Amino acid sequence: MFLVKSKITPFIIFWIVVAAILIGVLIYHFIRKAKKVQKKLLTRDQLETRNGWLFVTPYAILFLTCIVAPIIIAILLSFTSFNGVNKPDFVFIDNFIYLFTKDKTFTQYVLPNTLKFALIVGVGGYVLSFFMAWCLAQMPKRSRTVISIILYTPSMTMGVALGVLWIIIFSGSDTGYINYILISLTIINEPIEWLQNPNYLMTIMIIISLWSSLGVGFLAMLSGILNIPQDVYEAAYVDGMKNRFQEVFYITIPMMKPQMLFGAVMAVVNTFAAGGIGVTLSGSNPTPQYAGQLIINHVDDYIYNKYEFGMACAVTVILLLIILIISRVAYKLFGSKD
Amino acid sequence: MAYRNQKINPDRFHPSQIKFYIITGLMALFMLLPIVFIIVHAFKPISELLEYPPKFYVINPTLDNFKNLFNQTTQSSIPFSRYLFNSISVTLVGVAATMFITSLTAFALSKLRFKGKKLLFKVNEVAMMFVGSALVIPRYLVISSLGITNTFFAHIIPLLAMPVGLFLVKQFIDQIPDELIEAARLDGATDFQVFWRVIMPLIKPALSTVAILSFQGFWNNMETSSIFVSDEGHRTLAFFLSTLTTNASVSGQGMAAAASLIIFLPNLVFFIIVQSKVMDTMAHSGIK
Repeated sequence: MFLVKSKITPFIIFWIVVAAILIGVLIYHFIRKAKKVQKKLLTRDQLETRNGWLFVTPYAILFLTCIVAPIIIAILLSFTSFNGVNKPDFVFIDNFIYLFTKDKTFTQYVLPNTLKFALIVGVGGYVLSFFMAWCLAQMPKRSRTVISIILYTPSMTMGVALGVLWIIIFSGSDTGYINYILISLTIINEPIEWLQNPNYLMTIMIIISLWSSLGVGFLAMLSGILNIPQDVYEAAYVDGMKNRFQEVFYITIPMMKPQMLFGAVMAVVNTFAAGGIGVTLSGSNPTPQYAGQLIINHVDDYIYNKYEFGMACAVTVILLLIILIISRVAYKLFGSKD
Repeated sequence: MAYRNQKINPDRFHPSQIKFYIITGLMALFMLLPIVFIIVHAFKPISELLEYPPKFYVINPTLDNFKNLFNQTTQSSIPFSRYLFNSISVTLVGVAATMFITSLTAFALSKLRFKGKKLLFKVNEVAMMFVGSALVIPRYLVISSLGITNTFFAHIIPLLAMPVGLFLVKQFIDQIPDELIEAARLDGATDFQVFWRVIMPLIKPALSTVAILSFQGFWNNMETSSIFVSDEGHRTLAFFLSTLTTNASVSGQGMAAAASLIIFLPNLVFFIIVQSKVMDTMAHSGIK
């Protein structure tokens, strides 16, 4: 799609590799059958080491090709100038220098927007997840189950093409639902182009992302709270704990640190994966006056509009760094100390 | 005792819980409104879609939008059923493969002793934060050098390694007592037999969780269709429907809503079926 490349060679290489693996497995199988006696000579430890690696290999290969390799390639390409047709040109850190000194869009809109979005959606969604989980934990099982399913539902729409839903609701004409309601309540007199207006786009993006933020992390926190044994609370009250506020901060959160950390990791992923939403809503990249431009959109902007793949990778590397830093903070807060 | 009238995980309703019902109830309402709205919209006839003022309910529900959806696609060269077939086969193969690979790896990382497994698990934990959509170019380079662009593999292979799934299953297997495995070994079971006969039946909740997460990954996935596949006949339903939903003229709106519903509903049904098992798994989800 992006690259003019000969299609035959890599294709053959792939199938040679697949065939080699298959033949290898078969040969291994027959050798093992032929030397059944020798197998018994392996000590328990040797056997476990061999089987351990054997069982891990399929996942490890996929993990290396589909997750590790792209990250390494992104880091390498971020030091090059590359348009997909010519060979990548090594330019050292020029891409990063350009990004921070010349790319006004990046420093004036993308970074502040991303920071704002991540802070409100990431932290806000995280706090919301915990608070909702805490409230739900104090309800009987049946109502808890029903409400938690409802609260989890929006997060399943992540990635589903629900753009149309919001485009209808926030439609700019007076037949749009929000416009209709606000006009009939006489809060506004004329319909507003919600999704094309730079003043509102970010707010709408944040609301929608918060709407879908109660995901897997929320479920983990809920079961984390439910798993804290009742007698811990009782002991704490005997020892002089006075109110529910203390209860949350001295018992609940410390007792479920592992789930809090898992929830934090999930919140980070959701926040940055949801980054494309501004473009979906406004229907254009760049978004109107860059109001909803997040770091992922900036990557896409470099890829699809400017064909500067080296720059795109540089932005990706910065995104990965941001995620790494945030996760360090989360581990500092909730990780066990070892 | 009088010092506390509220407790975690209560057995029955108590008036003191009303405030929690109100908070979560309001939240649930806010969460549910857009979902209900899209369902209603999908069943509106064209006259009601164009109506002013817009209504939040439907008077004469109709299946017209769904019919139009099917007809629309038969006009283009690739029929709707083709996209549906692609999506179903990719999802079935993908989910089954993910479940097997993930649980086998999790078993090895949890119960077999070998050097390097701690490191592997740590790396996997970091990879849970992998944001694939930011790595379009490198991922395209990898997939095209494997020679699997424009094939079914392009949809399946990039999503098979699921760090979150491996993490959850491994944590779940950790709490299975080693004595069970030792007992099976004394009876002469090989490591793979231990995995298949002893572990697999015990980790059904974790497997269901992996199943639903990877189902969402495969079924909702439109990214691989747009990046790795240029041949229309190899693209998936989610991608096809997303091309419809970006075109939101009023008459197209009902159809787009119907399309969204078709993609979204299987997720919901699947989750409701396995939700109690998901909660079981989540109890062991903590990062220590």
